[in-house]
Amino acid sequence: MNDLSPDRAERSAKLKGLGHSRKRVEDQRFTQGRGNYVDDIKMPDMLFGDFVRSPYAHARVKSINIDKAMALPGVIAVLTAKDLEPLSLHWMPTLAGDKQMVLADGKVLFQGQEVAFVIAEDRYINADAIELVEVEYEELPVITDPFKALEPDAVVLREDLAGQTSGAHGERKHHNHIFLWEAGDKEATEQVVETADVVAEEMVYYHRTHPCPLETCGCVASMDKVTGKLTLWGTFQAPHVVRTVASLLSGIEEHNIRVVSPDIGGGFGNKVGVYPGYVCSIVASIVTGKPVKWIEDRMDNLMATAFARDYWMKGKIAATKDGKITGLHCEVTADHGAFDACADPTKFPAGFMNICTGSYDIPVAYLGVDGVYTNKAPGGVAYRCSFRVTEAAYFIERMIEVLAIELNMDAAELRAKNFIRKDQFPYTSAMGWEYDSGDYHTAWDKALTAVGYDVLRAEQAERVEAFKRGETRKLIGIGLSHFTEIVGAGPVKNCDILGMGMFDSCEIRIHPTGSAIARLGTISQGQGHATTFAQILASEIGLPADSITVEEGDTDTAPYGLGTYGSRSTPVAGAAAAMAGRKIRAKAQMIAAYLLEVHDGDLEWDIDRFVVKGAPEQFKTMAEIAYASYNQAIPGVEPGLEAVSYYDPPNMTYPFGAYICVMEIDVDTGTHEIRQFYALDDCGTRINPMIIEGQVHGGLTEALAIAMGQEIAYDEIGNVKTGTLMDFFIPTAWETPTYTTDFTETPSPHHPIGAKGVGESPNVGGVPAFSNAVHDAFRPFGLRQAHMPHDHWRIWKIGNDLGLHDDV
Amino acid sequence: MIPAAFDYHRPQGIEDAIAILQKHGDDARVIAGGHSLIPMMKLRMAEVPNLVDLQDIESLKGITIQNGRVNIGAMVTQHELITNEGLAAAAPIMREAALQIADPQVRYMGTIGGNVANGDPGNDMPGLMQCLDATFTLFGPDGARGVKARDFYEGAYMTERDDEEIMTAIHFDASTAGYAYEKQKRKIGDYATAAAAVMLTKDGQTCSSAAIALTNLSDTPIWSQGAGAALIGTDCGPAAIKAAVAAGLDDIDPSEDNRGPIAFKYHAARMMISRAIASAWARA
Ligand SMILES: Cc1cc2nc3c(=O)[nH]c(=O)nc-3n(C[C@H](O)[C@H](O)[C@H](O)COP(=O)(O)OP(=O)(O)OC[C@H]3O[C@@H](n4cnc5c(N)ncnc54)[C@H](O)[C@@H]3O)c2cc1C
Repeated sequence: MNDLSPDRAERSAKLKGLGHSRKRVEDQRFTQGRGNYVDDIKMPDMLFGDFVRSPYAHARVKSINIDKAMALPGVIAVLTAKDLEPLSLHWMPTLAGDKQMVLADGKVLFQGQEVAFVIAEDRYINADAIELVEVEYEELPVITDPFKALEPDAVVLREDLAGQTSGAHGERKHHNHIFLWEAGDKEATEQVVETADVVAEEMVYYHRTHPCPLETCGCVASMDKVTGKLTLWGTFQAPHVVRTVASLLSGIEEHNIRVVSPDIGGGFGNKVGVYPGYVCSIVASIVTGKPVKWIEDRMDNLMATAFARDYWMKGKIAATKDGKITGLHCEVTADHGAFDACADPTKFPAGFMNICTGSYDIPVAYLGVDGVYTNKAPGGVAYRCSFRVTEAAYFIERMIEVLAIELNMDAAELRAKNFIRKDQFPYTSAMGWEYDSGDYHTAWDKALTAVGYDVLRAEQAERVEAFKRGETRKLIGIGLSHFTEIVGAGPVKNCDILGMGMFDSCEIRIHPTGSAIARLGTISQGQGHATTFAQILASEIGLPADSITVEEGDTDTAPYGLGTYGSRSTPVAGAAAAMAGRKIRAKAQMIAAYLLEVHDGDLEWDIDRFVVKGAPEQFKTMAEIAYASYNQAIPGVEPGLEAVSYYDPPNMTYPFGAYICVMEIDVDTGTHEIRQFYALDDCGTRINPMIIEGQVHGGLTEALAIAMGQEIAYDEIGNVKTGTLMDFFIPTAWETPTYTTDFTETPSPHHPIGAKGVGESPNVGGVPAFSNAVHDAFRPFGLRQAHMPHDHWRIWKIGNDLGLHDDV
Repeated sequence: MIPAAFDYHRPQGIEDAIAILQKHGDDARVIAGGHSLIPMMKLRMAEVPNLVDLQDIESLKGITIQNGRVNIGAMVTQHELITNEGLAAAAPIMREAALQIADPQVRYMGTIGGNVANGDPGNDMPGLMQCLDATFTLFGPDGARGVKARDFYEGAYMTERDDEEIMTAIHFDASTAGYAYEKQKRKIGDYATAAAAVMLTKDGQTCSSAAIALTNLSDTPIWSQGAGAALIGTDCGPAAIKAAVAAGLDDIDPSEDNRGPIAFKYHAARMMISRAIASAWARA
């Protein structure tokens, strides 16, 4: 008992706690094909459901004839809106306070919309049956442009809302208008803009794209008629919320519903919402008494489940002559598609777009967002981002560049001049957010030094001269981005989803022999929770991370939580884990005191044990305490060692970073090569540096995709032009550049372990870095703004419009 | 993404295969590597009640090079085109082009016969075959016949091949000409935005022969006789290249798609042609 070896360093290393680049425990099963995804679930008698989808973007449904489909052997049923109507399930509420058709009720509003649900014995029969359902459509005028949607004589898209002059978020000023959401001080901002020395104005479009997780959405619904229990396995980023919604919609008591998220192959916001496929599968299972599986194919996923972005952001940024920003004005026209199915906290219909003042100390600001209906798929989800933070970061990082042009100033210098200073934290922004901590100048200087900024600028200038002399056709772009995120939704006082406060939870059970299981209300989709949450706990409770199992996703066993998106898992559930760990430790201290026959207060915590102060040879390890908690009768202390914590964060966290992209652009072909990409992230306390690096690489690659080619495009009559991976850009290893990662560490003052969240930073900060590089390359020739994605032809067009080609 | 039901046939000899095609007429189609056909079937853009798999027919396999003539069996995969050293010596442009097709997974399955018989203007091999002045051997109920690649393509997915014929081999002369296959594409696995195959020979500092063919810039591959002619007798300098480009652009008729508007296609064609000429000249 009194052996002091191993020493402290060794004991600490053995825990693999905070700061340890522990290998991901998930990867063993993933790399050996032993994951268990929803499509791996097979049950006896299981049936398959699939949709007849609309080929039109806007049409009246005159009739649906299912006779031929029903005559096909193996077809069990074909559901239409008429069948769902008696159950009041032909429409469903969306997370954004709107409602959405589950199956076409009289008309269709976007290409790919669900029209009928075919249930058959296998997928092959299903695919044949879908072709046999005869739907008669009458085409209607199509609107794919949100500005046209707001014209006075635009066709009415949502006839179901006729006469409703207000919606969930206030007044509707037009029949295709959803809401106007405002933040900041409009009058004061307008006044500043009117009287400023310099004002830069620009329309910045962040195009429509899609999270496109490797695994598409799907579920298996199984209603057990004997027990009355409904089990729903599916690709859910928020399984508890799905359970509550399923209960409210179906009338089945919540304890009789079990929702399970098995392994999820990427979510990126695509798997937060509730989709018609879930509702139809549940109904089909109730009707048939058999399990029913529904799995999207890639085209379904790209065409119908939640898209992201599609924000037209009109900005005015005001400054003094010497470059001190005095005000920011932003008006957004937000294309929400046919139904408002954004997945935002209820009170934030434009998410946290009002973080658009970014990393800068801007005295006054105004944001107004008009949500608009069009004949496009619904969604507007946070694609690897915290509720429109990507849009906000792109907007401000473009506006800074435009202002730099207006001022004829270096964009790096302009940023540094306007950063919120370290001594200003906690800092309240003009929009009312309280930034918890930051040290932007240090990060920025580190980044500029790392890339050799001044040398790069000199090289760029020489290249421009060589280009003008006709010696080269390649330009260099230096893409700068300094982003600030707002993640970890969120404090229950202002963040909820359908009335559920956005707390999160962790429950820990310590086993007698010194290992443990922890369950959380979140659900990993690739983030590595089983690895990192065990590390947080290892540091808190002194048991090795390797001895702690982390479980998520089963609502019958996990404590209620709001799920994983918006980089909220570490800020909220990670905090709950630390707090639950501290409860364990508090009880362990009482047990140790009893065993060591001292007062609680005579003990101090030391890595994995309680030690009698001043007598280091007198101690009890956590493993010993765990055992004692199960086999000793300790007066006044209950047996066992368990704890649960529901954590309501006092504030959001504000990760930030400095990214620099150096790009070579071939003006002739519009192709690009990324010469260097430097990414400095400050996510507060770093739990697992290796996982952080992996998240940054992945997020940057998604950012590359979005900036350089990925989009959901429609033609004028609402056909999706990018419905397969031939046209929807997902980079392979070939297109992916090498990244250099770096960090500073500014802990969050209010988070129990100071962690802020990092998974989304690279997408948020990466897109402006790539896009700014393209813009920067053409800045010497007069380019101010060119919309993404910067694919070959669009870059060619920049050069063409600037007169840089000789063939026109 | 699930094809309609079909019957699967796997004949052991070419005659058996032809017999199946004759029996089912329009309702039968051969499958080689399946990497053009199966996606079409899954999208239900092609319905093939009888699928005739050619993979067991030995006579369709193998590459032989004899007396300066290259003979490639229709079932030779794109991967083999890359790895065959004899071919790399006899017609290095084949490897250069094959490496720019799709990705390794597709190339392990996709065949040269399927690529040239398909008739998709996006395929890379047809233009290349026109550049090489290849001949295709078609085998049908009446025996074999040869058709020149330059005469084979009629329109998108429409070729000189009769429904009851199978392409058995592709042949062309080995060549020491300077060569280049320049392809612009959006990403790995993408068809060409524009591509140009160029082969030319040099006599001193003068171009003595030139063949230029273009991919995905019309509804068929384009063998631009004018573009080649513009180089012959020149030093392939800027003026000659300009003239060749102009002639090439005259022959194409690109359409707008997600790769860009028509004006960009012309521009990309211009770049690919001029780069391919420059690179082929340097290698001649
Ligand atoms: C992701 C992806 C990317 C691709 N990118 C490219 C690219 O960049 N460039 C490119 O050129 N191709 C590309 N392809 C197509 C690929 O090269 C195909 O393999 C090729 O076009 C067809 O060859 P196959 O052997 O697979 O033919 P199959 O798909 O089996 O057949 C194609 C057609 O040809 C017919 N056919 C096949 N063999 C014969 C024969 N011997 N006689 C008569 N008819 C025959 C078939 O009936 C069918 O109509 C791509 C494919 C994929 C899936």
